[in-house]
Amino acid sequence: MADHLLEVRNLSVEFHTAQGVVKAVEDVSWHLDRGETLAILGESGSGKSVSASAVMNLIDMPPGRIRQGKILLDGKDLLKMTDEERRRINGKRIAMVFQDPLAHLNPVYTVGWQIAEIMRVHGTPQADAHARALALLKRVGLPEPEAALNKYPHQFSGGQRQRLMIAMAVAMKPDILIADEPTTALDVTVQAEVLSLMQELQKETGMGILLITHDLGVVAEIADRVVVMNGGRVVETGQAAEVYTNPQHPYTKKLIGAAPGKGEMPVEGDRDGEPLLKVQSLQKSYGAFHALKGVTFTIMPGETVAVVGESGSGKSTLARALLRLEEPNGGKAIYRGRDLVTMAPKDLFKMRRDIQMVFQDPTQSLNPRMTVYQIIAEAWAIHPDILPKSQWRGRVSELLTKVGLHPEMAARYPHQFSGGQRQRIAIARALAMEPSLIICDEAVSALDVSIQAQVIQLLDGLRKEFDLSYLFIAHDLPVVRDFADRVIVMKAGRIVEEGPVRQVFDHPREEYTRALLAASLDPDPNVQAARRDARRNMETAVA
Amino acid sequence: MRQFLGKRAFASAISLVGLVILVFFLSRLTGDPTDLYLPVDASLEAREQFRELHGFNDPLLVQFGRYVWDLLHLDFGESIREARPAIDVVLQGFGWTLSLAVVTMSIVTVAAVVIGSLAAFRVGGIFDRLATFFSLIGASAPDFWIAIVAIVIFAVNLHWLPTSGTGTVWHWILPVAVLFIRPFGLILQVVRGSMITALSSAYVKTAKAKGVRARPIIFVHALRNGLLPVITVIGDQAAAILNGAVVVETIFGFPGIGKLMIDSILQRDFAVVLAAIMISALAIFIMNLLIDMAYAVLDPRIRY
Repeated sequence: MADHLLEVRNLSVEFHTAQGVVKAVEDVSWHLDRGETLAILGESGSGKSVSASAVMNLIDMPPGRIRQGKILLDGKDLLKMTDEERRRINGKRIAMVFQDPLAHLNPVYTVGWQIAEIMRVHGTPQADAHARALALLKRVGLPEPEAALNKYPHQFSGGQRQRLMIAMAVAMKPDILIADEPTTALDVTVQAEVLSLMQELQKETGMGILLITHDLGVVAEIADRVVVMNGGRVVETGQAAEVYTNPQHPYTKKLIGAAPGKGEMPVEGDRDGEPLLKVQSLQKSYGAFHALKGVTFTIMPGETVAVVGESGSGKSTLARALLRLEEPNGGKAIYRGRDLVTMAPKDLFKMRRDIQMVFQDPTQSLNPRMTVYQIIAEAWAIHPDILPKSQWRGRVSELLTKVGLHPEMAARYPHQFSGGQRQRIAIARALAMEPSLIICDEAVSALDVSIQAQVIQLLDGLRKEFDLSYLFIAHDLPVVRDFADRVIVMKAGRIVEEGPVRQVFDHPREEYTRALLAASLDPDPNVQAARRDARRNMETAVA
Repeated sequence: MRQFLGKRAFASAISLVGLVILVFFLSRLTGDPTDLYLPVDASLEAREQFRELHGFNDPLLVQFGRYVWDLLHLDFGESIREARPAIDVVLQGFGWTLSLAVVTMSIVTVAAVVIGSLAAFRVGGIFDRLATFFSLIGASAPDFWIAIVAIVIFAVNLHWLPTSGTGTVWHWILPVAVLFIRPFGLILQVVRGSMITALSSAYVKTAKAKGVRARPIIFVHALRNGLLPVITVIGDQAAAILNGAVVVETIFGFPGIGKLMIDSILQRDFAVVLAAIMISALAIFIMNLLIDMAYAVLDPRIRY
């Protein structure tokens, strides 16, 4: 049997912690060949990144320990090599691109220096390294490459930083590129660009790409084969399209079933009467920067309105301006006949009870020093007219049950919960105020797909039960498609398109909306292949 | 940048005015210096003449007004004790203290940064444990005790080093060594902590994935990031020495500004006390500016 380019054989990695031994991965095997893209698909905690860390010698030992297994590069076991031998392989034969390029680039050195460094440490003379760094920046399509060399990471946008990381990784023309969630933090259109850049570079050099992701869409877009991981074990492996259309393992089925964007879109019902919230040319500026340039829309009682847009479109500013967490500079927001923008602080205090917010990151938005009971009951301490103190305990139990948690969990602290559970706590906290309108700012973006589906389901159920309205802010179009009644598309502080979900998704009027929809990734590899072709045709047509 | 400097200078000037007012009136509370300078059997006329000469007979506010007026002409007054301009006396002492601070803090910084970084690289290793143990002892031991014990051992018993005074390089060793211990322990702990954070950061992971060797990972990638919080502590510690390493200077008879201030307070040599405090304040102001500059040099994200 010919050797694979890279093969991981029966790898088991464990971590020795104060709570005992944690098995990160158990008996994991996969292989990667030249010119091929292998995706490791899994949710958080599945151990999908661990084997890649083992390949790169990035596991701290202790507390980590490789209990068994081999990592064969061209048939030679990396685990039997010295640290120095492995250092020579890192960056030269196997290079890596990470999720958060801002954190993974050194903030105090210029990007030119950092790109040249990977060549210098592998023996390229300084002058050559510098020239090649410039060529690389040109290759990855960074604007003004000469000037970029002398800039620092914080002076670039997220997408540009990921291009920098890729330029750095391919500098030594590695045989293998490992990309750990390379597009997770990026906007959909930028994600599409970065993925196609990786594919182009793969065509040029014939390198094998190992892609670690939680996103079925990314797998569909770029992977030839896929390894599905759950609980530290490989549960399924095969051709990407084959695994999607004919999943064997129950977990894979569950994962594919949870992927958003396939359900029936809601039919626009007639909603007569007074709107719950009527926003008229709302404005917000930060100095000379206009984050909101006059935004107008309405929300009817019981309606879910989604706001989609890329980073910098002003969608989060909209949420904060409505709640007056930031003071708007102009416009009106008529809520039940009264203007939120000009409301006196005393009335605003009462109004805040009625409009609640669920934030993106429950780890940061829940006070780590308060128990779940304290977090939820605090609402009634601030607004004592909602509930007499004698009933607090009972109501907390009730709310926890409503959001799918156990009433006994009230005594625990936020860190004792998973991300999905924490978001449920945040929702229970919002419900405690008995609001009419809940603003969800990327409330499910940080969650795993299967958890995301559950939380969406929960929100939908609560809407019916309590007759809630939602202003649902998201960058993820498929999620919106399943959940919202109407969609508002924002770009650079303005609403570019607005309409019922069906209309916006099936017949987008604006070029920008079409671009957003085209860039969003479908979990079905076949659909994605068709879209890729369509996109290429569009590009050639433009060219 | 210029605007930043201007704002800083303005804010410091306000504090300086407050300081002058406070110290002027506080020092006057200690009483009349006449008795300290004239012999016990000096006549009433002589006492009166002394008071008249130094202006102690005028109302306090008049004395203050005169002092401020002179100050605006950069006249810090006369030292009663040495009968020469107070500022000369102070600058002489300050020169000694500045040398002491620069020498000590240079050695401290190099030693603490190197040892702290290496300790952070292998947390819990034998090197880390030794460094932590000795730095904790150093940071907690009282310097007057160390100074006296050092004199007893190295000067009195072994006769290796002089007990006090200045003159040769040998005179510097004990004061520098004693002053070294506490800031070294403190800064080492800060370096270690800050380097542990820096070494576990994402960009260090990237450097490892690039194949960078261990030494540049510590001293190039991590150190420049890890130094930022350290600089503040270095500045604080240097300021503490500049403000008068009173105990150490007194014990070793080192003619620095700390010893000068103590002597001047005891002798009610008001002009010298005030001048010394203002020079110290100025030094601290410059030091803080230098720290801010160092921040901007080390971290491109910081711009004033």
